[in-house]
Amino acid sequence: MQDQCIINLVNLTKQFEDHTVLDKINLSIRRNEFLTLLGPSGCGKTTTLRIIAGFEQATSGKVLFDGEDISKMPPYKRRVNTVFQKHALFPHMNVFENIAFGLTIKKTPKDEMRRRVEEMLKLVNLEGFGERAVESLSGGQQQRVAIARALVNEPEVLLLDEPLSALDLKLRKGMQVELKRIQQRVGSTFIYVTHDQEEALTMSDTIVVMNGGRIQQIGRPEDIYNEPKNPFVADFIGESNILPGRMVRDELVEFAGREFVCVDRGIGEDLPVDIVVRPEDIVLVSPEQGMLTGVVREVTFKGVHYEMVIDTADGFSWLAQSTAMTPAGQEVGINIGPNEIHVMLRSDDVRGAV
Amino acid sequence: MERRWLVYPYHIWMLLFTVVPLALIFYFAFTVKGTYAFTLENIQQAASPVYLKVLWHSVWLAAVSTFACFIIGYPMAMILATCRVKYRNMLVVITIIPMWMNFLLRTYAWMTLLEKKGLINTVLSFFNIAPLQLLYTDGAVLLGMVYNFLPFMILPIYSVLMKMDRSLLEAAGDLGADAWTSFRRVTFPLSLPGVYAGMLMVFMPAVTTFVISRLLGGGQYMLIGNVIEQQFLAIGDWNFGSALSVLMMILIIISMGLLSRYNKNGNGGMLL
Repeated sequence: MQDQCIINLVNLTKQFEDHTVLDKINLSIRRNEFLTLLGPSGCGKTTTLRIIAGFEQATSGKVLFDGEDISKMPPYKRRVNTVFQKHALFPHMNVFENIAFGLTIKKTPKDEMRRRVEEMLKLVNLEGFGERAVESLSGGQQQRVAIARALVNEPEVLLLDEPLSALDLKLRKGMQVELKRIQQRVGSTFIYVTHDQEEALTMSDTIVVMNGGRIQQIGRPEDIYNEPKNPFVADFIGESNILPGRMVRDELVEFAGREFVCVDRGIGEDLPVDIVVRPEDIVLVSPEQGMLTGVVREVTFKGVHYEMVIDTADGFSWLAQSTAMTPAGQEVGINIGPNEIHVMLRSDDVRGAV
Repeated sequence: MERRWLVYPYHIWMLLFTVVPLALIFYFAFTVKGTYAFTLENIQQAASPVYLKVLWHSVWLAAVSTFACFIIGYPMAMILATCRVKYRNMLVVITIIPMWMNFLLRTYAWMTLLEKKGLINTVLSFFNIAPLQLLYTDGAVLLGMVYNFLPFMILPIYSVLMKMDRSLLEAAGDLGADAWTSFRRVTFPLSLPGVYAGMLMVFMPAVTTFVISRLLGGGQYMLIGNVIEQQFLAIGDWNFGSALSVLMMILIIISMGLLSRYNKNGNGGMLL
């Protein structure tokens, strides 16, 4: 495992005055993977990235690159390149000069430089834009120049700090696909920072969910979505119904005033737990057939499906999705299959982080 | 817009204090003294070798002092722009404070420092160094120019550096540039509008000054400003004085044109 890893963060802690931004982060990043640091603003994801790039120094802990401690190395000596949130393109240079900046510093021969820059322009679909002024480009084009400027140096690790956040929805979706394509073409390690869970799920091989300066969960997108480790992850990734419950025994859990059969074993007996049910996993039936009954309070049309808020007698408001519309005010039954109930042990530590 | 009349005071002001005086200078420059007859004689006389030499000397001194202001002012502007916020305002105030004092007073203060029996020579005498001729030299005039006009160099450069996006420097470092390369390739080129603005703001008053050269250069010390002043106030030849002024104006317009040709970003730095 160790030799596959290109970057290891060891007990990384960062404090600004008396405020702890990162609290003992330990993370191993494998070679050639697309890893996303995901979390709300202020969770420490950008700080982590800036420490890897060398713009910030950790208060304590180490950054290992290929096993070598680079914690004190200045940015210009590191074998990583960054795509900045606001592009940070040099306004006094044209597109070609911007992309060639790193190569001119390394004194790359003229013809090789030209060839590599042209290659990059082709990779990001900007052929023939070399002589254009940076300001004359659209936001999406500027972002692609920024990516080309970083990638032309053939970095072993590319750091991307919310590079798509300034783009509109449609452009962003297009760029997500394009970034994934570029990563597979060049085959380097991408470390991507975003607060957009959908973006993370679309592009990543590995997602690291962060909150309050700590890592909440590391896993493949499917795992993070289907098996959230704690209520924070469940709430942050997709929409969820989170409610308190009690683990009665293996495969039996109690919440919302009745017992449900589930698939979890080995958690313990008679323990307080948190239950997560995804809105798309709720099956709406007639009131007589339902495990729970409730009254529809709100209906919103979302395009593919309807989203309904259903109040049950115990006072909980369920979020449910269905392609069939049930009008507001009508009584409905709620069914939840054993596989769709996610049980999480309630720990004060995790609670505190939420 | 119905509020057009709001600009009339501005037009009247411009007319009274810019257009009319300019027209008068041109009128005097191209007429024979005391008559309305057109002549080129004043201009020809102003362009004679004696005065061209004075003009050249003025331009040379102004250029040297502008360059000195740039060499001293750029690092100071960088220090101002990069220091911690809590010290920054204090440093900016220290830079500006001398400008609150009367210009003449400041220059007189230098006279007492540079005199034969002034502070500097007194200090030197303790080390058994014979008194130096400091006052009434090119050096004293240069010192006066640099001292008086330095803030005009620092402030526009400072304001351009302040507005510069810090992430550009991070980007340069990220792409492999060390501190010096980042400065040479990114910071300095982007600060050029401020440098041009500062150069104009120092060169203009330096090339036209007559007070600094009078006080620190001594009575016989002639810059073009002194010659013009003399023509108007001592000799009373307004026509010849105007001709010299026209010549100097042309020179200034040419130098502005040369500077703005290199200043592609327009007057970005002029707007403080």
